[in-house]
Amino acid sequence: MSTSSKLDSKIPEGPVQEKWDNARFKYKLVNPANRRKYTVIVVGTGLAGGAAAATLAELGYNVLSFCIQDSPRRAHSIAAQGGINAAKNYPNDGDSIYRLFYDTVKGGDFRAREANVYRLAQVSNNIIDQCVAQGVPFAREYGGYLDNRSFGGSQVSRTFYARGQTGQQLLLGAYSAMMRQVGKGKIKMFTRREMCELVLVNGKARGIVVRNLVNGELEKYSADAVVLASGGYGNVFFLSTNAMTSNCTAAWKAYKKGAFFGNPCYTQIHPTCIPVHGANQSKLTLMSESLRNDGRVWAPKAKGDKRPANEIPEEERDYYLERVYPSFGNLAPRDVSSRQAKFRVDEGRGVGATGFAVNLDFRDAIKRDGKNVIEEKYGNLFEMYERITGEDPYKVPMRIYPAVHYTMGGLWVDYNLQSTIEGLFVLGEANFSDHGANRLGASALMQGLADGYFIAPYTISNYLASTKLEKVDTENPAFKEALSATQKQTDKLLSIKGTRTVDQFHKALGHIMWEYVGMSRNEAGLKKAIKEIQQLRKEFWNDVNVPGDPNLVNTELEKANRVADFMELGELMARDALEREESCGGHFREEHQTDDNEAKRDDNKFCHVAAWEYTGDNKEPTRHVEELKFENVHLAQRSYK
Amino acid sequence: MNDKLMTLNLKIWRQKSAKHKGRMQDYKLSGVSPDMSFLEMVDLLNEQLVRQGDDPVAFDHDCREGICGMCSMMINGEAHGPSALTTTCQLHMRHFHDGDSIVIEPFRAKAFPVIKDLMVDRSAFDKVIQAGGFVSVNTGNPQDANNIPISKENADLAMDAAACIGCGACVASCPNASAMLFVSAKISQLALLPQGQVEAKARAESMVQKMDEVGFGNCSNHAECEASCPKGIDLSNIARMNREYFKAKFS
Repeated sequence: MSTSSKLDSKIPEGPVQEKWDNARFKYKLVNPANRRKYTVIVVGTGLAGGAAAATLAELGYNVLSFCIQDSPRRAHSIAAQGGINAAKNYPNDGDSIYRLFYDTVKGGDFRAREANVYRLAQVSNNIIDQCVAQGVPFAREYGGYLDNRSFGGSQVSRTFYARGQTGQQLLLGAYSAMMRQVGKGKIKMFTRREMCELVLVNGKARGIVVRNLVNGELEKYSADAVVLASGGYGNVFFLSTNAMTSNCTAAWKAYKKGAFFGNPCYTQIHPTCIPVHGANQSKLTLMSESLRNDGRVWAPKAKGDKRPANEIPEEERDYYLERVYPSFGNLAPRDVSSRQAKFRVDEGRGVGATGFAVNLDFRDAIKRDGKNVIEEKYGNLFEMYERITGEDPYKVPMRIYPAVHYTMGGLWVDYNLQSTIEGLFVLGEANFSDHGANRLGASALMQGLADGYFIAPYTISNYLASTKLEKVDTENPAFKEALSATQKQTDKLLSIKGTRTVDQFHKALGHIMWEYVGMSRNEAGLKKAIKEIQQLRKEFWNDVNVPGDPNLVNTELEKANRVADFMELGELMARDALEREESCGGHFREEHQTDDNEAKRDDNKFCHVAAWEYTGDNKEPTRHVEELKFENVHLAQRSYK
Repeated sequence: MNDKLMTLNLKIWRQKSAKHKGRMQDYKLSGVSPDMSFLEMVDLLNEQLVRQGDDPVAFDHDCREGICGMCSMMINGEAHGPSALTTTCQLHMRHFHDGDSIVIEPFRAKAFPVIKDLMVDRSAFDKVIQAGGFVSVNTGNPQDANNIPISKENADLAMDAAACIGCGACVASCPNASAMLFVSAKISQLALLPQGQVEAKARAESMVQKMDEVGFGNCSNHAECEASCPKGIDLSNIARMNREYFKAKFS
């Protein structure tokens, strides 16, 4: 299959090691004195958005920054626990930029663009230097130097961390850099705002319409370029490890204005989360996968064995990861471990009150190393588990189950992180770019900061310097149009006054997604999902109940707008999963597996990115293809046996 | 696991907006599972209110795993409720009993005006950070990260201080609505690291000045802040901040 003429990846010339240097040399620059004439909108203040806003402001551009929370410091990047990868090779254990590049391409199951991944590995080291200079308190050894650990089954120790709060510390670093620029007047900060529309003028992204969540007012902002760093869309499943306000609306509105959506079906399901306790659960909590370094995962051998875990004798336990993957054992990658847990539950061998869980047992590790050693390593995680479940994991095994955690798919971007809309740049989890079909542990933080600190500032400068931008302000009719579209949707939602709450619809959507577009997918199920979602959408627009005043804080209205978009995105995810007739990374099609239930790629037909083009409401979107070429890392089957 | 469902008597602060007057309102809520988090309990109440066509209770929350600092609530007079080192979102209903009365109010302070119900405006914290809670380094090409060795002891102390989630429990618990624990945590983190020492004096002066300016009170050693802090930020940070401040003022 050859690349669609609508998709120009703009990969620079030269060997992979020289592409970024070549690109940077060719990029046009904006004279320092002229930068103050340009304004850039940045939506989102997580690692990608916060880093981009701060850096663009430092360069001298005027930045308008928007976040949904009450402060930019609360973006969901803050919840990342484990760490951030970099190719520093401080431990001298054989790491290099090339190895990080290689591992990331392979880990992504050969569905990412080589040139982007290489650049990510290249700038990974700058990120660590930058963060240390900002005062990020990374873990250190007694000699005073930075400590590294191995993460997610990696064979080298390349992960930098700040206790179990790496995301928090990196985000606070970016936040403090932003606050410095707010103080200087270079960033204007708008909190408690939600983007409702992207505004195009002459085909270029020139502004946004946002809802002020405090007084309900719709506000218009114009700029010379727009950056979306609005995160992933895991909450389409209702239950996920995402924050409550994490949503797809900003990206979805851009899609409907012409930005193609790349690989929407690639979802990461994290294997070690605390299982669902009941119908009123609002979100899922991740337990760091570092626990699998010492915990042993098992299910009872017998179906429906409801005895308490400690009463099940050794010979009646199935340590299935150790059995199926003797060389990686409990450290098998995320997608593989998640699927294996699902297989056990599907066989009727799940544990706990709901049966949707498996055991993660520290009995042997405590016997081997002593309770003190385990406590030192995982004390805070054990406490968190006990706080949530009321059970003591030193005495009884933890119960875990996979949960939606990250979305590799997102808006399609070229090498410059520009979408198919001119002047619209997409950063971090919101884009589709670097993780292929499966993201490795400790790579999300790396990508967010790489995009924000070290890539977008260059590529956006190049865009501003090389594009003729006529003067546009919010009096332009395009703004009025976008504002009235938003107003219309608000009025419609408030006028339905139906019988079901927004959460009821969201839960129903989540149920369909988890059942048919979750850890394992098949043709019949995906077709069913598309039908059921379409039906649910119809019901939503006839029967949802959104009470309250649109001119005050109205959280039901906020949620209704988000769920309306999630339903449309859910359908696109199912469609994408249906078309991708192969298994790769987080996307497992039951029809495409090896004899021993492993994912089976089809490189002849599907070694490409699928980028979806919106063609109108209730019309089938068009699937475009960007062919992927692997010139450095050769296509091979992943094996963890 | 306790599967017995509870019925609770809730007394919740309702206030339509900053301009409206607020009052306490009673609600009876049944079907509360001990495995629910406190916020899931409020979700359950809201779901019922919405079904009756009533306005749900507005409250701040986001990550629901105790790290974003968005959730607040005074629960029976305690910021984040009765469990130590626990944010409201991580507080679970198994710590309450069938028939309990629970009083839920917003974090109250002059510098944190109510927006609606239990939602307050904490942007005063951002203003204090803008005054100096950073190292003045631009993105670019700083030296290699390992060129600045830092003793593990200081790195650990800096991390202890940096663990602050900016929730404002310290302010809400303090009889003077002082923000000293919050401000001192940031000043300490940066004062403990060589990267932060260059600007230490200017930082201490301007952050303290801003803290007073935006309406936070003074410290009179009640230590309620430390007791209510969900992240265990230590009172010794305030002593360190005072040292930094006096150093700046008198040298």
